[in-house]
Parts: sequence; C-alpha cells; structure tokens
Amino acid sequence: MSEPLLKLSNLESAYGRVKAIRGVSLQVTPGMIVAVLGSNGAGKSTILKTISGVVEPQRGKIEFQSHDITHMDPAKIVRYGISHVPEGRDVFPLLSVRDNLLMGAYTRQDRGAVARDLETVYGYFPILNERRTQSAQLLSGGQQQMLAIARAMMAAPSLILLDEPSLGLSPKLTIDIFEIVVRVNRERGTTILLVEQNANVALNVADHGYVLENGRIVADDSCERLREKDDIKEFYLGLGDTGIRGERRWKKKKTWR
Amino acid sequence: MQLLQQLINGIAQGCIYGLIALGFVLIYKATETVSFVQGELMMLGAFLGLILMTVVGFPYWLAVPSTLLAMVAFGVLIERIAVRPILGEPAFSIVMLTLGIGYVARGAIMMIPGLGTDFQALPVPYRDQTVEIGGLMIGAERLVAVAVTVILCLLLFLMFRFTRIGIAMQAASQSQLAAYYMGIPVRQLNGLVWGMAAGVAAVAGLLLAPIVLIDSNMGFIGLKAFPAAVVGGMTSLPGAVLGGVIIGVIESLAGYTMPEGFKDVAAYVVVLIMLMVRPNGLFGGQFRKKV
Repeated sequence: MSEPLLKLSNLESAYGRVKAIRGVSLQVTPGMIVAVLGSNGAGKSTILKTISGVVEPQRGKIEFQSHDITHMDPAKIVRYGISHVPEGRDVFPLLSVRDNLLMGAYTRQDRGAVARDLETVYGYFPILNERRTQSAQLLSGGQQQMLAIARAMMAAPSLILLDEPSLGLSPKLTIDIFEIVVRVNRERGTTILLVEQNANVALNVADHGYVLENGRIVADDSCERLREKDDIKEFYLGLGDTGIRGERRWKKKKTWR
Repeated sequence: MQLLQQLINGIAQGCIYGLIALGFVLIYKATETVSFVQGELMMLGAFLGLILMTVVGFPYWLAVPSTLLAMVAFGVLIERIAVRPILGEPAFSIVMLTLGIGYVARGAIMMIPGLGTDFQALPVPYRDQTVEIGGLMIGAERLVAVAVTVILCLLLFLMFRFTRIGIAMQAASQSQLAAYYMGIPVRQLNGLVWGMAAGVAAVAGLLLAPIVLIDSNMGFIGLKAFPAAVVGGMTSLPGAVLGGVIIGVIESLAGYTMPEGFKDVAAYVVVLIMLMVRPNGLFGGQFRKKV
C-alpha cells in the first residue's frame, strides 16, 4: 500500500456541544474511490466538512500529501488540491452554468488551463455545454448534481470530496452519475472520497469502504469483503435472510457491537 | 412646463437616494445585514470632500478621487474592525452597531470647530450653472447627479456581470457555504463590498453637496434611501436605483401638487403601499434563499 493521499487521525468535530464525529481515523490511497457509509446523522458529512476546513475540528489531525492541513483556511485547502461537492448540490442558482464552472476554478490563475479544463468537463457532461448560458436554478436536480461535480473538477483537484450525490435522484440517474464519477476516477486518476447513504451503489463503485455509526468508524474493509459481511447485508443492503424459525431480525446483533 | 421641471428635479434627487440605497442593497446581499450607517457615510464623504478642497486646498479633480479612495478604505475598515467580529450575532446587533457608528460619525463631525456646526457649500466647478434644454432651465448639478449615477450603475453592472471578482461576489451572496468550498475568499469580499458601499455613498455625498448645503445632519437622507431599497426589493441593485428614482419623483411631485408637508412623508407612503401590494418589492423574490 502506497503512501496515503489523505490521512485523518483521531478527528473530533462538534456543533456547539453536540459531538458529530468522535475520533475518526481513516486513510485514502491515491487513485482509489473510498466510500464512507452510514445512516442519517452518523457524521458522514461532518467528516467532509472538517476536511475542507469549513468545520473546525476539536481534536485530531488531517494530513494531505503529508502536509498538515488541520485548521487551515478553506481557500488554501482548495489550492492544495481538495475540492468539495457539497450535499444537496448547492450550485449558485442565479449564475449561469458557465459562471458556476468558472467559480469552481476561482483559485487558479492559469486561464489557458482553465479553458482547457472547461472543455474537458463539457466532454464528461455534454448537457452542461448545451445549457451553459442558462442560470443554474433552471437545471433539473440531476443536472445540478452534474454541475456540482463538474464545478469541483474545475479546481483541478487531486481529491474530490463527494457528499451524497444520489440525494433526491432517481435510481437510473444515480447510476448515470456514478458511472461518470468512476470514469473521472479512472481516466483522470482523481481520488474520490465518497459519502453515501445508498450503500448498494456505493459498495459497487468504491474500492474501499468505511462504516460510520454515531460518529465512530465501526468497520473498515475493501468493498468486496464488506459486501459479503452479514451485518452489512442486513443493515445496509436490506438483504437479511431470515430462515424459518431463524433468528428474528431485531434480535440479531451487529458483530461490531 | 413647471411639472416637467419638477420631474427632472425629482429624478436627480432620486438618483441620490438610489445611490445610497445601492449601499444598503450591496451590504444586505453580501452579509444579510442591514447597515444604517449609509447616510452618515454619505455625509462623511461630503465633508471629506469639503475639507480636502477648502482646508487642504486640493483642486476639485484631485479631491474627488482622494475622497472616494479614503471612503472605500474607511468602509473596509468598518467591516474589518466592527462588523466582522459580530457577524453571526442576531441581525439586530448589527443594526444597533451601524446606528451607533452613525451617531459617532455625526458627533465627530460636529466637533470640528467652524466646519461642523455650519452649513457649507462645496465649491464645485459647475456650481450655479444652468443648462437650457428645450426651454427648460436645468441646474448643472442635477444633470451631473443623473449622469454620474447612470455611469456608476453601468460600471457596477459590468463589474458584477463580467469580472471574476464581481461574479465571485454574486456567488458568495447566493451560497456562502458553496463559495467557501470553491476557495472564494468570502470574508475579504465582504470587506470589499463594505468598501464599495462606502464609496458609492461618498459619490452620493459629493453629488448632493452642490444641490443642498453640507451639514452634519445631511445623513438623515439615508432614512429616505432605505425606503428606496425596500421598494426595489432589498436584493436588487437595479431595483435600488429605480426605487430611489421613484421615491424622488413622487416626493417632488407631491411637493408640487399637494399641500405643504406631504413632500416629507411621500417616501414613507410609497413604502407602505409597496409593502401592502408587493411585499417583495419591485425586483425582490426572484428566488428564495433556502434555509
């Protein structure tokens, strides 16, 4: 295993007095898609927000490419090469699609490279090229998600933090979007840290998975193996097999507890 | 003929309201707070211009840019040392803070011996000149006010539409969190917005000074500019200027056609009607911010 691109050690963040993540350690290997699974309120988004510097961690350390980026200004973290696709898209509604994308490249000075990347991004998402002069609020939910991902790509990041891209999308659209995410990962070598509730899709797409419950990581394995674990099957994939007179669901214990 | 004359006066006065209202809207859009110091910023701008010209002895063309520069810097400073630390507190605190800064500014000006308590005239080169257009005699200072407002609006439009920093300001006001994620320096931009608001207020002050006389209470005109911003919808820059012109014209016509006293309340009557008919203002509410 090569040197990790991103390494969190014992990260703790809180909103006021409510602890959202309680000592999370995880590693992201370059070129991989890493998924963090968990239910509502498990602290998934907080992990991403803490990495991108919007939430201040109370304890712990974030290292990116062996630099300590804990407590760093969000703008500086973007310059280091971490780009965040926020939960619920959060595109700039009144700006045109093109201006949204250019805002993604705000930290970059090289205009030529930005123009080339704009073309590349239009290549991945042709619909954005078609609608580039329209304001982003007129896009459909799926298109807004594409725009949010494309906008993050415009920063030419080495790591994309992808927060719940399937939120509010049809299963078909979810698969479409994940296909593009995988293509970006394979073709451009962009590492992706993905946060998802839709464990089924996430486990099929990602290489490595972490399971988060109540702000703690309770399982950490390659996605192939996670897919085979009984408790993951039951609690996250909904594949629990209850035989005749077998253990009843609610009685079955999670093995990590 | 007399009516047309009043109309033109109203438009010129409205442009001043509009410029101050622009400051309200700029700051409201960037930080979702209402700054009640805009009127005083205008007064300070007028006084600074006056001091530079009469005391320091700058010529007009040097006094104007230096006043603007100084006021922009002052705006940035206010944001940095007074507003930024209490952002996130209830909106009311910021209202009180800006009112307080306004009082301090007014008091400080009054303490200047000789200048502060008197009515002063700004010695602009176009003072007391009139231009005749189709039989109408129009004061040059009013024409200048309208022309400068139009040019300034055009510049602001170009800036917000086409420059990187202008688009980033729009982005930050539409979704502050997403702007942070993009690496847009939101805080510095907010400081710059305050600087712009102060600069625009100073322009208004320099334009108003030849029309009325400069005194330390001229900042109360801000109380009429606020209705202009509300009429325009509070979030729309063109709306602010249009709202200002509407209020200026109605005020002027009310003074002309109605009994004494109506002129002074006209602005507030307009706002009340506006709030009843279209609470979002002329251009407000094109999109609602998600909470």
